[in-house]
Amino acid sequence: METITKMIVINSSKLLPSDVAIKLYESKADVMIKETCFGVMVSGEREIVDSLLSDIRKLDKYGIFIKERGFAPGESFRCRATRRGGARPGFHNLENEDKLLPHIASALKALDRGEIPIRKKQTKKLDINKFKEIIKESEVLQ
Amino acid sequence: MKVFIYPTNSLILYDLVERFGHEPLAIMQEIGKKVRTQGLDSPPMNMTPEDPKFGLKYAAVEVPSGVRGRMSLFDPLLSKAEAAIIVTEPVISFGCMGCARTNELVNFLLRGKKIPLLKLDYPTTEEDAKIFVYKISEFLKSLKPAEDKK
Repeated sequence: METITKMIVINSSKLLPSDVAIKLYESKADVMIKETCFGVMVSGEREIVDSLLSDIRKLDKYGIFIKERGFAPGESFRCRATRRGGARPGFHNLENEDKLLPHIASALKALDRGEIPIRKKQTKKLDINKFKEIIKESEVLQ
Repeated sequence: MKVFIYPTNSLILYDLVERFGHEPLAIMQEIGKKVRTQGLDSPPMNMTPEDPKFGLKYAAVEVPSGVRGRMSLFDPLLSKAEAAIIVTEPVISFGCMGCARTNELVNFLLRGKKIPLLKLDYPTTEEDAKIFVYKISEFLKSLKPAEDKK
């Protein structure tokens, strides 16, 4: 059996990482749980983790984002406790994507409502020949 | 279906692919395998004797070792990919995604694989995000559903 770690990133106004952690503990599944500032990390066998997290996602469909993580929680290669503090590698990427999550959440809501987004008309660049004509027209004859 | 995502460490892409019922192929899976392998002092920086062979499949020996090292991690993902979502101009490229030449090579290899491919720009506004999510959902719906993981 393959052991994996998945991170739950919470971007919700009605859910806290502690709420998710409590729900995970309530499930009594054979997994390791770590609450973090951005959400929760869950480590265990793939089948157990996948089925558990598909239930957890239902708590807030638009506010919970999940991805796999290579390192288990507290892994000495990544854990700040053994690396004299500072952001762990991978945090900066997460921090940047975190800013986009509210937009993605509203896009998912719109998708569920059946909205088909229409791309705004992009202003075309001025054609070079037309530009030349404008220059010719505006030339002052001496 | 196994969908390769680029940037391969993206939370948004991983989540969307999984949400729409497919299996995302992300670098974290490969890193995880290295981390769990016994006998590596400092994964994923350490390499096994097998790794350079995977890297050399894609790049010659005079190519910087960073490219070959990264390609050895990408190799299992590229070989398994049945579809791909490429997001151009990502917000940020860090760590495993921080090498422009590897990224170009991966994009080139994906285009050469003749698999269903979706190319998008990273969204910056809500309107862009709506189009982004809609296009990904339509693309993933057009693919066959993922087989159950064993």
